[in-house]
Amino acid sequence: MSSIKEQFEIPAKLKTWSYALIGVGLLALIVGFITKGRGTEEEQAVFIGTIMYNTIFWTLVTNASMFFICITTLAMGGWQQSFRRIPEAISTMVPIFGSITVVVLLYVVFSGNHHIYHWLDTNAVASDEILKGKSGFLNVKFFTIWTLLAVGLWSLLGWRMRQLSNEADVAAFNGETGPSFIWRNTVRAAMFTVWFALTVGSTVPWLWLMSLDAHWYSTMYSWYTFASSFVSGMSLIALWVIYMKNKGYLEYTNEEHLHDLGKFMFAFSIFWTYLWFSQYMLIWYSNQPEETLYFKHRVQGVYKGIFFLNLIINFICPLLILMKRSTKRNYTLVTFMAVLIIFGHWIDFYQMVMGSISKEHVTLGWLDFGILSLFVGLMILFVAKALAKKPLIVKYHPFLKESIIHHT
Amino acid sequence: MAKKKFVVGCFDDEATLFPAVKKVRTAGYKIHDVYTPFAVHGLDHEMGLRETSLHTAGFIYGITGTTTALSFISWILTYDWPLNIGGKPHFALPAWIPIIFELTVLFAAVGMVLTFCYLCQLSPFIKKHHFHARATDDLFVMVIETTDKTNVEDLKAFLSNAGAVETDVQIAEEGWWLGRYDKDQVPFQNKIVAA
Repeated sequence: MSSIKEQFEIPAKLKTWSYALIGVGLLALIVGFITKGRGTEEEQAVFIGTIMYNTIFWTLVTNASMFFICITTLAMGGWQQSFRRIPEAISTMVPIFGSITVVVLLYVVFSGNHHIYHWLDTNAVASDEILKGKSGFLNVKFFTIWTLLAVGLWSLLGWRMRQLSNEADVAAFNGETGPSFIWRNTVRAAMFTVWFALTVGSTVPWLWLMSLDAHWYSTMYSWYTFASSFVSGMSLIALWVIYMKNKGYLEYTNEEHLHDLGKFMFAFSIFWTYLWFSQYMLIWYSNQPEETLYFKHRVQGVYKGIFFLNLIINFICPLLILMKRSTKRNYTLVTFMAVLIIFGHWIDFYQMVMGSISKEHVTLGWLDFGILSLFVGLMILFVAKALAKKPLIVKYHPFLKESIIHHT
Repeated sequence: MAKKKFVVGCFDDEATLFPAVKKVRTAGYKIHDVYTPFAVHGLDHEMGLRETSLHTAGFIYGITGTTTALSFISWILTYDWPLNIGGKPHFALPAWIPIIFELTVLFAAVGMVLTFCYLCQLSPFIKKHHFHARATDDLFVMVIETTDKTNVEDLKAFLSNAGAVETDVQIAEEGWWLGRYDKDQVPFQNKIVAA
């Protein structure tokens, strides 16, 4: 153990880069506010929508890290222990990005911005049978409470999970404390997973994203959103693992672990496509006007290019490139694919949100990339800080050896 | 169908098998195969076996299935027998995807199973020599090919040194043959192993 570099020191370059990205992002935010944020209601909706999909995307992606820890814990997985501190550090972003999301969403809801959420328009709801039927779910009170609860409990339960892993830094476990440690991990992971299912797996995408098209619904939508965020989350973990390997940390992590991360990226890209297609085909086949309205301007309108680019980046590329075993064990190719997948799903979130807010014009431009750079910068800076706070190895975790000798 | 002389070393533990494989290889002997009661992780790597090309074969079978389904359905529904189904276009790609997918999986699965059997020389009416009955029970059986120059006694001693609990010399077919065990060869050649 003595030769292991346990403590991460933040390289100056990383700080410079993240500050630069945050600076660019803030600049874009300010310029965007001046040029669009004070314009017509449509322009304001585009401005807020752009921030909205970015913050929702990054909240869900970073939250996927904690979900990854919890499911591997529940499955009694040992292989992830050698780099477990990476997803832990990424999940510390949930309170930060979550708060931004809460602020943005509650601002939208309380300012009654019905260009974004049509169901906020009380006059429209009063004379609309469909919206009236949904009003028990789509109303300001429920939205507010559920959003606060979702972000609050993700942060709290994730924090409890991270606190527990601190015990593995202190002292070795024995036959008595070891199983009890694993059991407490299981219980806390289960609590998070159940809440995750009730939020990311169902209600949160309905409230935050699907209600942008207030009349439309799809039972695939939440799973689709979850798959999108989970595959990007796995890609983000892979990127950080590779970065740390490049800096000479994580000696116990090798291409065997990378291979498994690559498998997750591959498998959940396919899973995402499965949901994409299931949602698309059923609506295409039954051809009901109230269902096809979601796809109308995406498949036949101005969003056509982005809509199919999305499918190529998120399905064809991972399918053909990540299929080979040697690709999943290659640091360069996994890095490339991880960046591509995160970008692809960011585009996916873009068309999910902006395709509903701005149906006639594709708004993708400097503002989108500026806000993206703000979130990427924040993520890099705070994840690096979180990584520097704790040892990189859960030294006394009972399953650590399993991870060291891991073999795929 | 050449008979060859093999030296067989039996190990009763994975932990002794791995270093033994390494020692045998560095000593320059050629390992014919290692027969184990269960799949041993990393043994293929230790034996220096090349990566299997079964997945490449699977990919090709899958692509074949995709092309077969796509070309056949599109030929039927756009050229040979176009039907108006619910006012959909004749070239109704989304509706075909499930069938294309199923045929891809079917071709890949069946093709890979058959290829796997072929690579492992598994088939009805095909026989292979069994080096040790307990290879399917609790022994790890390492089989080493010999040449005219191999000193068999040396090799046996070498294996015992490396931790083999049992060693012997067998002259056997190296590949498969068509036929029946009872006629051509008693499968375990009087090697009734004492439990």
